[in-house]
Amino acid sequence: MIQIQKTRRVEALTGNYAAAYAVKAADVDVIAVYPITPQTTIVEKLSEFVANGELNAELIHVESEHSALSAVVGASAAGARVFTATSSQGLELAHEILHIASAMRLPIVMAVPTRAISAPISIHNDYGDVMNARDTGWVIYIAASAQEVYDTIIQAYRVAETVNLPAMVAYDGFLISHTVEPVELNNEEEVRRFLPRSVRPYTLNPKRPVTMGPLASPDWYYEFKYQQVLAMKEAYKVVKDVDALYGEKFGRSYGVVETYKMEDAEYAIVTYGGAAFGNAKAAADIARERGIAAGVVRVRLYRPFPTMDVLKVLEGVKALAVLDRAIMFGSPAEGPLYKDIATAMFMHGVDKPAANVIHGIGQRTMYVEDMYKIYTMLRENPRKEVVFMGVRV
Amino acid sequence: MSLPKATELPIGAVIPEPGSTRRNLTAGWRTLRPVIHDDRCIRCQLCWLYCPEGTIVERKGVFQVGNRTYDVKYEIVYDYCKGCGICANECPTKAIEMVPETP
Amino acid sequence: MKVYFRTLKDLPREELFAPGHRMCAGCGAAIAMRWITKTIGPNAIIANATGCVEVTTTPYPETAWMHPYIHVAFENAAAVASGVEAAIKTLKRKGMWDAGDTKVVVIAGDGGTYDIGLQSLSGMLERRHGVLYILYDNEAYMNTGIQRSGSTPKYAWTTTTPVGTAVRGKIQWKKDIMGIVMAHRVPYAATASIAYILDMVNKIKTALEYTEEGPTFLHIYAPCVPGWRYPENKTVEIARLAVETGYFPLYEWDHGKLRLNPPSNNHLDKTKRKPLKEFLKLQGRFAHLTDEEIAELEEELDAYWQYLAKLQTL
Repeated sequence: MIQIQKTRRVEALTGNYAAAYAVKAADVDVIAVYPITPQTTIVEKLSEFVANGELNAELIHVESEHSALSAVVGASAAGARVFTATSSQGLELAHEILHIASAMRLPIVMAVPTRAISAPISIHNDYGDVMNARDTGWVIYIAASAQEVYDTIIQAYRVAETVNLPAMVAYDGFLISHTVEPVELNNEEEVRRFLPRSVRPYTLNPKRPVTMGPLASPDWYYEFKYQQVLAMKEAYKVVKDVDALYGEKFGRSYGVVETYKMEDAEYAIVTYGGAAFGNAKAAADIARERGIAAGVVRVRLYRPFPTMDVLKVLEGVKALAVLDRAIMFGSPAEGPLYKDIATAMFMHGVDKPAANVIHGIGQRTMYVEDMYKIYTMLRENPRKEVVFMGVRV
Repeated sequence: MSLPKATELPIGAVIPEPGSTRRNLTAGWRTLRPVIHDDRCIRCQLCWLYCPEGTIVERKGVFQVGNRTYDVKYEIVYDYCKGCGICANECPTKAIEMVPETP
Repeated sequence: MKVYFRTLKDLPREELFAPGHRMCAGCGAAIAMRWITKTIGPNAIIANATGCVEVTTTPYPETAWMHPYIHVAFENAAAVASGVEAAIKTLKRKGMWDAGDTKVVVIAGDGGTYDIGLQSLSGMLERRHGVLYILYDNEAYMNTGIQRSGSTPKYAWTTTTPVGTAVRGKIQWKKDIMGIVMAHRVPYAATASIAYILDMVNKIKTALEYTEEGPTFLHIYAPCVPGWRYPENKTVEIARLAVETGYFPLYEWDHGKLRLNPPSNNHLDKTKRKPLKEFLKLQGRFAHLTDEEIAELEEELDAYWQYLAKLQTL
């Protein structure tokens, strides 16, 4: 007999364990398991749950991450609720299937504790892996705390199953995935009521046989890609609605963008992830003490990009710095979030000094002191340029 | 002929109608057409067995062939026959003749 | 194998593979698909790897498949099937599967099995998913225009192993995929040829039944008209000669015991096999072979048969 947790309680959990608890609460059917640092403890915990009879799911101990994503594609196509997790090289190996999963409109949820990509090999945290997957048609959340990881994974199932798109929940590898904080866990019966099993448009079933994954000639291919474009636009609204509904039912909601002291801020750091946001907030406090009207913006929903929300919170700002933790080589500016924000600003006639600060690459420590320097730089000499902070040149 | 719009198509490029290649007649592929000479056919079923298109059908009935009576007859549904000639090649009595397709 | 069909009259008549697909006239794989779909019956889900079969049978908006069917990518049909099988298992346990005892079948070509798909096949076999994996072997990457694969025989002409003065066709021997599958200790694995339909369908049905115990594997030999370079009416004849010359023996690996099936059960005695030349001479891809090269192929074939003879004693 599967024991469902029927009360709310608070536990001290790492980000990864919080993810595992969320997957358990969501009554997932099939989980593809493959180890890679820093994701492994998620699937270890899930394996424990299954072994203890707390989670009624099939674990497929696949032989690679490419097969991990392929297996959950198959299981999802057959109508199951699925989960897998990966990072860095695993995400890269599965890359081909990322496009296929979203184009086949399967509501897969995947946790990605982020990690730098080879070479040289690094197990430490930066956002190179998720940023490399940003255009694959997945809904992408970037969570900043273990509590948010727990809540977001549950929300992601509802969003994915509503718009028929897969969803990724990314968060700092090690810095969030392996650090402990108090996490409030919901009554699992209520979570299951929040995530009812919907009737999927198409599944693999001999009673209603369909063909999935055909060959599309030039006369047909484009229309299916455009369907994905429309689905992404719909996803933006659904993400907000589900988050609000979650807030009503469980008392916690996050929006698509989180702000800190932005009401009267003149200088803002815009970033993602827990470590960068946390240190930027500490730096903003110091800046405020020293008379700089500093604020911080954290982008929580990365895809679809919440353009209007971001522009809105930046309205009163004189100059901003976008703090990126990934390098997109050869780009006009190497930071991926910066590129999105610059495009958003350009398309909506917003012209203000915006610098791109690249930091925290390969988990290079982002000192609060560094972040404070960003504010002074914005106040004294804000330039539209890329600054590689923290690297020895 | 205008093709359907993105919003009119099933999502994810799913094809919901099984066996819809039946709409596509492949008769135009062939240059040779198989003709079964029923009087030489001994109902061995090999042509039906081996046809790659599955376009040779078995008809039940009473068929008089010389002094023998059969309860089946094999007929080629020419809509899908690509003229490969496997049926003629395998026929043990050479009852199937490949004749040039007429335009 | 269990004998479900004794004579041709016992074979199912209902076609579960629609005509109108784009497979070549005389395609060996088409014959295989017709009989596979008939034999596995409607209550099965098919996972197909990229290849000739996939591309010619699913030209949007048409499909030749009457079964629930999924194609994802080239190297992962076994992984996809593992996911489908696990989903059915869990959904059944949770009372959410309404189609009864649904089987899962993989259909993949030699490219997608010997080479790029070997890893996911091995993983699926090791994890013991109840899936029937059917390999249709046309001995090259045919869909991309005849390039050599791990399954291509030695000296065969392909576009990436062309015949010239310096190199004469494929340099390496054909990989023994059955040996690899048997090493995974699966309940059942067998070879079949599209020329021997009764043998093939009985094996398909046996293999499908054995998926109750674990993964099963079928290696079906399917000649290719443009790839092997022969006139399109000779497909079945060549598939028959492959068996009669001992080049492609029909055998089963049934719960750890090797059994040669007729007519291959007579071919341990070399004199009972037709000369290999009879199989080779019909195919343009072997047209360049010298007598020495044919002798080399025959020697290798003899060695393979001695290996099979030893396996039979285990």
